[in-house]
Formats: sequence, C-alpha cells, structure tokens
Amino acid sequence: MGSPDDLRHMIEVDIRKQLSAFTLDVAFTAPSSGVTALFGASGSGKTSIVQSIAGGLTPDAGRIAINDVVFFDRDCGIDLAIHLRRVGYVFQDARLFPHLSVRSNLEYGLKRAKGEHAIGTDAVVELLGLEGLLERRTHKLSGGERQRVAIGRALLAQPALLLMDEPLSSLDPARKAELLPYIEDLRDRLGLPILYISHSFDEVVRLADHLVVMDNGRVAQAGPFLELSASPALTPLVGRFEAGSVLACTVAAHDDHLKLTTLAFTGGQLRVPRITLAAGTCLRVQVKARDVALSLSRPMDVSITNRLPGRIVGITRSDGPYVDVAIDIGGVRLQSLITGESASRLGLEPGLQVWALIKSVAVDGRKAGVRRAPPSSAPSA
Amino acid sequence: MLTLSAVEIEALSLSMKVAVLASALCLAPAIGVAWLLSRTSIPGRWLINVIAHAPLVLPPVVIGYLLLLTFGVQGPVGRWLNEMFGVRLVFSSGGAVLAAAVMAFPLMVRAVRLSLDAVDQGLELAARTLGATRLDAFLTVTLPMMLPGILAGLIMAFAASLGEFGATITFASNVEGQTRTLPLAIYTATQVPDGDAAALRLVMIAILLSLVALALSEAVERWARRTIYGT
Repeated sequence: MGSPDDLRHMIEVDIRKQLSAFTLDVAFTAPSSGVTALFGASGSGKTSIVQSIAGGLTPDAGRIAINDVVFFDRDCGIDLAIHLRRVGYVFQDARLFPHLSVRSNLEYGLKRAKGEHAIGTDAVVELLGLEGLLERRTHKLSGGERQRVAIGRALLAQPALLLMDEPLSSLDPARKAELLPYIEDLRDRLGLPILYISHSFDEVVRLADHLVVMDNGRVAQAGPFLELSASPALTPLVGRFEAGSVLACTVAAHDDHLKLTTLAFTGGQLRVPRITLAAGTCLRVQVKARDVALSLSRPMDVSITNRLPGRIVGITRSDGPYVDVAIDIGGVRLQSLITGESASRLGLEPGLQVWALIKSVAVDGRKAGVRRAPPSSAPSA
Repeated sequence: MLTLSAVEIEALSLSMKVAVLASALCLAPAIGVAWLLSRTSIPGRWLINVIAHAPLVLPPVVIGYLLLLTFGVQGPVGRWLNEMFGVRLVFSSGGAVLAAAVMAFPLMVRAVRLSLDAVDQGLELAARTLGATRLDAFLTVTLPMMLPGILAGLIMAFAASLGEFGATITFASNVEGQTRTLPLAIYTATQVPDGDAAALRLVMIAILLSLVALALSEAVERWARRTIYGT
C-alpha cells in the first residue's frame, strides 16, 4: 500500500468536520474492490463519511479521492460537483422518486450517464430480480422491493463506487435475509467497489472484505476483515457474547448419512450441521468466542467434534470474570472466551500448546456468507 | 335560468381573462421566490419575504397607488414601457392583469412554498448522485412533486384575481370593456339609481364563479396528489 500504483485503486478519505456537538475526524484508505464495511454504533459518524464522499456534506478540511479522482481537497480548493462524482448512493430509506414508475426510477441515472455503459437495464433487472415490477408505481412496492429498485437505480448510473448506507436496516429479518443474497451477488459478479455502512455484525460477516471500525467520529481500526474479525477492539461493538473469529472456508464434503458438512479452512477442518451448499463453495462462518473451549490435552471423552491443535498467542484479561484468549491455528486466529478461573487453573500463558474445542452445533450455517469467487484482492486466508 | 345581458357577459369574460392571465403571470416569479425562501439562505431573504407578502397586509388602494407611481405614464417603468414598446398599462386590461397579479402573488408564493417545503430534499440529493445537475434535479424531481401545490396556488390566484377591486380601480381605473371586471361592475351598478337589481345579478354570478373555482381546486389537487403520490 502507498505506492503511486496502488493509489489509483484506492478509496482515500481523510477529512474533518464539525457538526454541532459532534466532531468527525477520520482518515482511512481502503482497496477499491470488494466490500469495505464501515462498521460502528449509531451516531459514530458513518453516514457523515458516506455523505461527504457523495458530496451532500462538505468537510471543513481534508481530502477525498476515489481511484485517484480527487472529489474534495480543501487545500487545493477542489470540491467536485455531486453529479460529476459518479458514486451510486443507496440510501437507508430507498428514496425512490414517487412520481415515476419503477422503470423510470431505474433509468433516471442511466439516461444521465456519459460514455459507455458498463451495465444495462436488462442485466440489472436480472441481477436484482426486478421482472414484473418495472411498470409499477413505487408506492405499491414492499420494503425489500424498494431497496432492490434503489440498488438497481444506483447501479444503472454507471458508478465507479457504490455507497450503501444501511440498506437493510429498515427491513424486517425475513426481508433482510431475502435481500442479502442479491448484495452478495452484485459484489461477486460486478467487480464494483462497495462502501457498505452497517451496525449489524452479521451483515459485515457476510459481506465485508475490508473493515473500517468507527467509534465516536474516529476510525478505531481499519484493515482486511478476516484479520480484524477476531480483534478484541470489536468486542464492545459486537457484544461480548456475539464476538468471535470469522473463518474463510470451503465446503469440503457432505455426509448425507450423518447430515453433517465438513468445512475446510487454512487451519484445519470443521464438522458442522449440514449446510445446503455445493462442495467447493467458498463461505465464511463465524465462530463465536464463547463457543470455543480450551483443553491442554486432546480430549477423547467429550461430545465436542471439532478439536483443533493450536498455540496461545495472546491473553487479554478484562474486568469481570472473563478472559479473552487468542489461539493461532495453522496461521488462523481463533478467539476463545473463558473465565479467569479456568485460565489460571489451566495455567494458560502465551506460547502454550492447547486444543481448541468447538461444538458443531455452535456454527450457524444459515448465517454463513457465500462467495461465488473470492475477489482477487482478498487476503489469502 | 339566468340569461346574461351583454354587459354582464362582458364583465364576466373580462374577469375570466384577467384572472387567467394574472395567475399565469405570477406563476414563474412565485416559484422563483418560493425556492429562494425555502432552499437558500441568501442575505436579504427576510426582505424578499416582506415584499412578497406586502400585498396581503397593505390596503389594496396602497398597492394600486404604488403601481401607479411605478407603472404610470410618468413612473420610471411605465415611461420606459411607453417609449420602448408603446405600452400603456393605465386604463387598459393589461393594467388590470398586473394589479390582480400583484395582489394574488403572496397567495401563490405561500401555496408553492408549502409544496416545496414538503418535497424531501433527500430526493434531490438522490437525483444529483444519479448525475442530475441542480437545475435538472429541480425540473425532473422537485417540480413534478410540487405540482399539486402549484395547481392549488394557480386556482387560488385565479379566485383572488376574480375578486380583486381596490388595486385595480386605483391603478387601472374603471373603464368599461377594459378594466371593469365583475367587482368593478358591481360597484358601478351600486352607484347608479335603480342599479340594485343589476348589482344583485352580478353578485350571484360572482358567488357562483367562486364556488366553482373552489370545488375545482379541491378536485384538481386531489387528482394531482393521487397521480403523483398514489395516495
């Protein structure tokens, strides 16, 4: 990172903005491929960043450049007009034009896009399943349909970057589950960089290649998602009992008799309840820290199926009874949450060889993020 | 059934003509002023607001007199119009249109501004991120969504222009066939002996016309709202 060659394919944000009692002061770079998740609590400044990139909000100072096109540079006096920025913006509340049909909404940006069109109406309709909606008026659409039209409309404006501001947050869980595969699809098929705002870690697990963690107007952490997923810094945001490691896996085999699926990852294998995905499919599963137990020897008389040998690389004690233990398993970091009492009873310390025990049923296949083809820039996990 | 006399028909058609032209005349400026007041924070906004609303609070005679000072043959604008185009507003139906337009202007601004305030600015931002310039976004998103308000404003201005009296008689005077609209005709009728019956007939015409305009405005607004918002 940092060489001039890389900058041509980067999202660079380095801005400051005073908003009444709130100060936004952020700097991060992210690869302009795959999904970069802006993750943080409500009011941490995520939307302000996206608004600044789109041009709806003017920072007090700093610089924004996408793929080496400078959108904003206070010192050089550059503030590119909104309509020239070519960012597709999918708003939380869809913001469809109520006086236009679905088709006219979709083609609003297309008509105004200059140059060659990378994607046409037919492709977008197919990608987002919009057949049958085209001649409808927007007020007749369900919440999920509205968001799909909004995404399609943004894509047809031929953007160089897609901004998605919590596109699922106004939907009920069933609609969310219905829309997520569409977003995975466009990530895997269009090769369009996406900046995705969310406060839901489940969405981040499924979608993100790169992660920017926001805290109170500042960037708390930024980096490749799989490397950061187990970071203790995420715990306050995700919640102690929801935090854990995210593993990039492939479906290795199915056991139809036992109704189990074997997932392979760099550090070994996981046996989990049957997941209905073809062998070879790339996916991500989250292993929650509280679902990982530790043993000094390989236990033979327990029900737990997944027993993985590893080495302790970090122990973080916090207030209360808990201890976070980081284990390296063949290069993959796994996080375990145990009590301080257990840690001292076992005499855990960095460098010690241990066995990580993961219950099969603790892995929720329904939440697994599927990837058609891993983006070229994804870290080789 | 009511059969109208030639004089009545003349007053009625002149009133309609003046009202239609006056509403059309103040539409574009009203949209401009409403936009300035609703979407910008230019200095002197309060002054624009005060001037736009002055006809609502000042006596119509005062407005008529101010128009006379400005657009009269000796007034700065009036003299220029006369010399450049040979146009004289005083004593002409053009003057009646101008007086009615000025008096109806604040009503129009209020209706248009209300509808503009109701348009979500987020939709304008959405349009602009989709590649629309400021003007393009205004014309293709904001304006169509303001349509119910604009139609309501037009009909309100039309109805107000039908009833305009003070400014018209002061500025354009009371010339039969030129500036003698319904209210002026009623006034004239009351000024002659035995004119009561004629005045009453004109009054009934005026009431009927106002009721029709009101009903029409309701219907049109409902129609526009249903077409645009589907509610």
